[in-house]
Amino acid sequence: MSTTTVSQLDKVKDGPWSGGKSPWNLEYGKIMMWFFLVSDAFTFSAFLIYYGAQKFAQPTWIDADKIFQSVPGLAESGQPLVFVGIMTFILIMSSVTMVLAVEAGHRNSKQEVVKWMLWTILGGLAFVGCQAIEWTHLHHQGFWFGQNPATGLTDPDAIAAALQPYFSKEISYTAALQFSNLFFTITGFHGFHVSIGILLNIIVLCMTLNNTFENRGTYLMVEKVGLYWHFVDLVWVFVFTFFYLI
Amino acid sequence: MAHHDHIATHDAHEHGEGMDKKRIWSVFFVLLALTALEFLIALGFVHHWGILQKGALVNTIYIVLTLVKAYYIVAFFMHLKFEKSSFIVTCGIVFLFIIYFIVLMLVEGGYLLTHLQEHALYPNN
Repeated sequence: MSTTTVSQLDKVKDGPWSGGKSPWNLEYGKIMMWFFLVSDAFTFSAFLIYYGAQKFAQPTWIDADKIFQSVPGLAESGQPLVFVGIMTFILIMSSVTMVLAVEAGHRNSKQEVVKWMLWTILGGLAFVGCQAIEWTHLHHQGFWFGQNPATGLTDPDAIAAALQPYFSKEISYTAALQFSNLFFTITGFHGFHVSIGILLNIIVLCMTLNNTFENRGTYLMVEKVGLYWHFVDLVWVFVFTFFYLI
Repeated sequence: MAHHDHIATHDAHEHGEGMDKKRIWSVFFVLLALTALEFLIALGFVHHWGILQKGALVNTIYIVLTLVKAYYIVAFFMHLKFEKSSFIVTCGIVFLFIIYFIVLMLVEGGYLLTHLQEHALYPNN
């Protein structure tokens, strides 16, 4: 029997997905960073959607303009959005310096990568610092995990009086408590991500200074931490909208 | 591995074309302008001048602006726009579940608002 004619099924496939090729033309670690970020986006989405669900389920809610209205060192009250505006600007700015570090990496310019990574780390530290100030401020007012300014009070009038400064519509102990829990959980989880990002950026900075990437011939690792850093910025864009604007 | 190195350097070169310094700064100014617009609406139109009221319209504007900002960050800073289209689909299509989840949870929240305290508690003794 002659076997010169190969059946359609036995032919060696040579499409982009038949193996031995790199159809996405991306390095493994970078793909895995993307997949991690997609899963992390799910976590943050779940948090923020739960925040929305709580808000829809409560007859009233805290007024963001009333709870976030101080600027540390400048104004104790009456300035909504100013401080968080500064924080947002810091984070967007550090995202820009990060992408400039990635761009410098493409040109294999070690000096510039070091410079922009330093600025990025500085921006990250400034942001976490601002967040610490804001947390302290709210904590002094009586907000914390499982706690709001009226916690411990039993007299309904006293509860209403303690919470009155934070509401524009009706006052609800449960709404204030859920706001407090979700605010500290979500901004805390985001702040944790920023802190990890700073740590990763410091490690990559040290590796750059150590000539690791120069010897490797590629600054791909800067791109990978860059993806993570931009993701942190991306999450903040959503946190900012849902906690401070709406 | 030689093959691996080839991908890595090729990757870096090809993607270097996507974002030069000029483009980075133009994306930054877009993000800054969108954020400034959000502040103008929140502080100016709503808080100080009282032209707009807090509510569905303003919230919709905020969410649209947020999504536009998210697009610019993901597409340009995270470079997704310049990746292979099959990779973009792989990373993006799962967010259909998130849209479904949003609808699901907000409908549920709205239901609880009207039904959770609808019936009184009856003593059991």
